[in-house]
This record gives sequence, structure tokens and C-alpha cells, in this order.
Amino acid sequence: MPKFTPLKSTVAMASLMLPLAWSGTAWAQDAVNLRMTIWSANEAHLALFNEIAEGFKQSHPNVSVTFEPLPFDSYTTTLTTQIAGGNAPDLAWIFETSAVDFVNSGALFPLTETLTAAEGYDMADVTPGPLELWSKDGTLFAYPFSTSPFGVFVNNDVITAAGAQTPAEMIEAGTWTWDNAIATAATVAESGKTGLIVRDFEYKTWQNLNTIYAGWGATPWTEDGKTCTFTSPEMVEAMSFIHDAIFTRKAMPGPGETADFFAGDAAMTVTQISRASLLPKENAFDWDLVPLPAGPAGEYAMIGQAAIGVFAASPNAEVAAEFLGYMTNPENSAKLSQFFPSARQSLLTAEALGKTNPLLSPEQLENVVIKGITTGKVIPGHTGFAQIQQNVRAGLDSLWVADADVPAVMQSICDSINPMLMR
Amino acid sequence: MATQSRKRPFWTIERRDAVAGYAFIAPQLVGTLVFVLIPLGLVFWYSLHEWNVLANSFNFVGDANYQLLLRDPSLPKVLTASAIFSAGLVVLNMSLALLLAILLDQKLRGMVVFRTLFFSPVVVSLVAWTIVWSFLLQNNGGINGFLQIVGITGPNWLREPGTAMVSVVVVQVFKNVGLNMILFLAALQGVPKELYEAARVDGASAWKQFRRITVPMISPTILLTSIITIVGSLQVFAQIAVLTQGGPGVSTTVLVYYLYQQAFQFHYFGYGSTLSILLFLIVAVLTFAQWQLRKRIVFYEN
Repeated sequence: MPKFTPLKSTVAMASLMLPLAWSGTAWAQDAVNLRMTIWSANEAHLALFNEIAEGFKQSHPNVSVTFEPLPFDSYTTTLTTQIAGGNAPDLAWIFETSAVDFVNSGALFPLTETLTAAEGYDMADVTPGPLELWSKDGTLFAYPFSTSPFGVFVNNDVITAAGAQTPAEMIEAGTWTWDNAIATAATVAESGKTGLIVRDFEYKTWQNLNTIYAGWGATPWTEDGKTCTFTSPEMVEAMSFIHDAIFTRKAMPGPGETADFFAGDAAMTVTQISRASLLPKENAFDWDLVPLPAGPAGEYAMIGQAAIGVFAASPNAEVAAEFLGYMTNPENSAKLSQFFPSARQSLLTAEALGKTNPLLSPEQLENVVIKGITTGKVIPGHTGFAQIQQNVRAGLDSLWVADADVPAVMQSICDSINPMLMR
Repeated sequence: MATQSRKRPFWTIERRDAVAGYAFIAPQLVGTLVFVLIPLGLVFWYSLHEWNVLANSFNFVGDANYQLLLRDPSLPKVLTASAIFSAGLVVLNMSLALLLAILLDQKLRGMVVFRTLFFSPVVVSLVAWTIVWSFLLQNNGGINGFLQIVGITGPNWLREPGTAMVSVVVVQVFKNVGLNMILFLAALQGVPKELYEAARVDGASAWKQFRRITVPMISPTILLTSIITIVGSLQVFAQIAVLTQGGPGVSTTVLVYYLYQQAFQFHYFGYGSTLSILLFLIVAVLTFAQWQLRKRIVFYEN
């Protein structure tokens, strides 16, 4: 039947082409494309990563790395969705809060061997403290490339214009406390600008409030993670203070209000020093970076950690681990530390940090970065953090109204998360 | 040819027609199979498992997820939120759509412009539409700014339990009311004019005409739009994700959003699948009930 010859020839062609197409993967076996998910889309950060990836190409000409920025607030969800869909990246940034989940999952490739074998890596140089969270049974599963202290960025122009005391003046006078910080913020707020912003909190990411309530000695749960401590007197007092700062003194933006410190809208913002890259280059204001104010429990520091892990399921896990070894070797760690402070002891000096941090003064480096990393506590995480986070978020929603009953709200939070903490 | 005619050729006209027919419906069939039926079967299969992506576990647990469904303390609240959302949406959407359709059915100048205006949100990207509304609904956003001018202090729309639900309903209604409006408009224009003329001659008031002629004549469209709207309302997700993330508290955590949280945020894919089976059953029961109602309420000419 002449009519069906096209069909037959198509089948014949397909039977010839398909095996060829399959073997196509074999042709390209030498070229390795690594994909790494990150939560920063900042151009300066990306430029630095790309520079490091180019450097890796010198010794591994067949390997290229692409960096895929995912939105900050849905980062872990997007990442796990990719994993669920069988499309896990080769490498990924991981938040400190979900560290326990990832390290225990078995999804990560063990790194200790590759990193210690990497040329000139000097594992002993890395402070052991920051590695703890990311290790299981003595094996490292993700490398904490960023041990980033929280500090307070200050817009002196806004504060002076409002006639309030600047943090630098208070530090000088030894009165840099949360009470006084909020007093300054309240004065600025009266002038029409925004007072103090806890960056990325936005009444959802409540774990960023750790930077405040830790000053009262409050923690969300006990050290062993088994018992909720939102009902502790310290937490109730700290939350009452925050509530008062928001609703009575209007020193912090209320729920559903937005303001951007780095656009010059606000007097102060609590955030990590990696955000220094957001400081405006044009129309710059007179800014400062100071440590967190002292709370009733005294001086303290908080650090956020970010680690990079390699997924065991990746066909290129070995190469990916090698790239990680290159990315975090002493030389590149020094480059990275302008945004992401390294846990390497050799880099934790004002001199070493000063070389890579032209933005920050030696005092800022000493007071915020070095002191922060050496004395700071990591923001607490937990197994099944996402669910706990969500339940606390829902519970706290009833705190973010003007006439909230703080102890009752704290009790309801503990009632809802205690069963999850026990797990 | 005479020798060949005794042996029937394999490719008879019927067979060729059948092949052509199947070839034409193949894309649709394959699509339905791959994207609807197989996933549906898989979701049921997953719902019998404990599947945690992060912990890398996939174990058969039988009906454990269904047991959990019955004991889940959050589920009553979630179903209530879903019911409130759907009821609010259907009532508001249908009545507004019908009202707009009747107004636009008048023979006046410039009606085409209004039709286009009311329909335009339907073709706008859902997420873009919702993000713009999220700015407007902020405490220091556009709506409260406007209310301030006329001397009213507006509520913090997305942060108070009552107004948050109202906000997501209204945003959704404004987005999709144009579609139902067009369907109603088409139905209205299909009503024979002589019925109204006859009614007028008999002295029927405008309300009587609407009640006794318009509503029965467009009742098939009312049924259709109500099914589409109810099913659509149960599937609402993007607005909740963008506007409230299920908050404040859990007041706007509707079933699909809860499902998303369980599966994608808490990594309980097995339980998430169980919730989607529940959603499937709810939609199936509601649609079935509406088809049954059709026999009693809906008017068909033939």
C-alpha cells in the first residue's frame, strides 16, 4: 500500500534514531553541568560565585556550574519540591533551621573525605563549633560557608534629622540597650519615617525575632528540643516588649506595613552583615553597623548559618563535592567572606576581614563580625521545622493585634507545638 | 483485479476510518491519560504510603493516612474555612455576574466598552492580579489610603480574621466575575423577546418578568456557572498563597492550601495525597448533587 510508506519509513527512521539519541548522553559524558540553588539573586553575590566557578574550570575544564536563585521566603519548599520531582540540584544552600532535617535525611553526600583530601584545604583551620550542626556521627554533610552574625544597620541621617540619639553615641555612653534603641526608633517614627525593621520577619518568619528575645535570655524550646519554652517568663516579657514597641510606641512597622531600610526609609534594621551589599551606591546615606543592643539578660550575639550540601542522588556528586572543596578553600573563603563570613580561624582577624570587606571599618568588623562569630548562638532549628514554624506563625498571628493577651497567646503556641517537639 | 476482489484487503474503509478517528482523538486521549487518569491513580497509591521526601522514606502504611484524616485536629477548621470561602464566593460571584449581565444587556451606547472592561480581569495573569491587590490591601496601602481621604480608618484587611477572608473572596470575585457575566449575557440574549412582549401585554411587572421568564429561561446557564464556580472555589490556591498564606491564624487555610502545606512545606506527601482524595470526593459529591437538582429546578425547552 503506497499510502502507508511514509508511516513505515517514519517507523524505520525512528528505530534508527532512537538508539542514537540514547547514546547521545554518552557523547556528552565528559561535559559536567552542575546546578546549585541559592537564595540570593544579588548581582554582587552572583558575580563572585561565577568568578569562583570560572576558577574551578582552570583545573576542571569540563565542569561548568550554574547558580539558580530561588526566592528567600519559599526557598526550602521550592528545593524540596525539586527533590520530590526527581529534579534535585547537584548542590544547594541550606538554612540553619532545616539543618537537622537535611543532615538526618540521608539525601546529602558525605563530605569529610573529599574536603580533607582537597589540595591546601586545611580542615583544622575551620572552627569546630559551626560544623556541629551540620555533622552526624563525625561526618560532615554540609559545609557552613556562611556564619553570619546579626547586627544593626543604622541610617544616621534619618536619626539625626529626627533629633534622636544615634546608636554610636549610645555605645560611646554605654547605654546601647533595647529600651534605648526602641526609644530612638519611636522618635524617628514620629518624624514620619520608619523606626526599626527586623528584616525578613514580616510577621511570618518569626524565627528572626530570635535576634531580639535572645536579649531576654528567651528561647523557643529547650536545648534538647523536647519542650516548648514560649511560656517562659523571659519569653513573655520579651514578646510584651516587642508588642509594645509595635503597637504602643509604633517604633516598628506594624503587620501589613512595608518599608525598606536600604532604600533609606528607616532608622535601623536588624539583619545579617551579608546584606551590606544592599547599601545604596548612589544617593548613599550616612550608615553604620553596630552589634545588637544589650537586653535585660546582658550582651549577646546571634548568628545565622548557611551551608552548602551536595545531593547524594546527583550523578555528579563526586565532582560537586570537589567543587565545594574548591569553593570553600582558604583562598576562596577569603573572597566569600566579604558577604558570608567564614568560620576559618585564619580569616577571623580584623586585618584579614578588612582586606575583603572594604565597606566595613575595622571597628565594625571587630565588634560585629568577629565578636559575633566567636560568641554568637545559632538561631535554633528543629526536626520537622517547617511544620513547627507554621504552627508558631499561626499562633503568633493573634499576638499581632493591638489588644493581645501575651501570656495566653504564648500558652496556645506551646499547646500546639509541644506534640511536634516530642516527635 | 478480479482475483484480488475475492481476498478482502486488510485496510477496509471502516478500518481506515477507525484508524483516522483514533488518530484524531489520540492527542486528547493521551493527554487525559498522562495528565489526569494516571496521576489520579498515583495519588491514590501515594495516599496509602508514608512518603517523606526530605527523610527519603516511602513505606506502605495501608489506611493510616485515612485514620489520620479522621483524627486531624486542624481539619475541621480547614473545612470550615473552605466552606465559608466557597459559599461567599459563589453567592457574591453569581449575583454580581447576573446583575452586571442584566445591566449590560440594555441597548445603550458604549455597552461594548463596559463589557470589555468587566471582562478584562479574566485575561489578566492570576498571580499578577493578586500581587497588585496585595499592595492595595496593605495596612498602609491604596485602599486604606483612599478611605483615609474620606475620613474612615480602614481595617488591616489581610491581618484580621474576618476581613482577610472577605478580602480573598472579593479579590477572587473581581477576577472571575467577567467570565460568568459573559455566560449570563449570552443566555439573556437567547431568551425570546416575544415572551417579554406577551408578559407585558398581560401586565406583568419587571420583577415578575425576571422571576417568571428570565430566571427559568437561563436556568441551564445558572446551573453550569454554579458548578464551574463551586468547583473553582474549592481549588483556590494562588490568592491564598500570595495574600494571606493561610493566616491570620488558620482563618484562610482552605483545603488546597492545607494540602500544599502538608505535602510541600511539611514534606508529608502521603498525607497530602490523602487530602487530595478528600478534595476529589467533595467535588464529585457536590457536582453529582447539582446534576440531581437539575432535574427538579432547571428548565429545558425540549
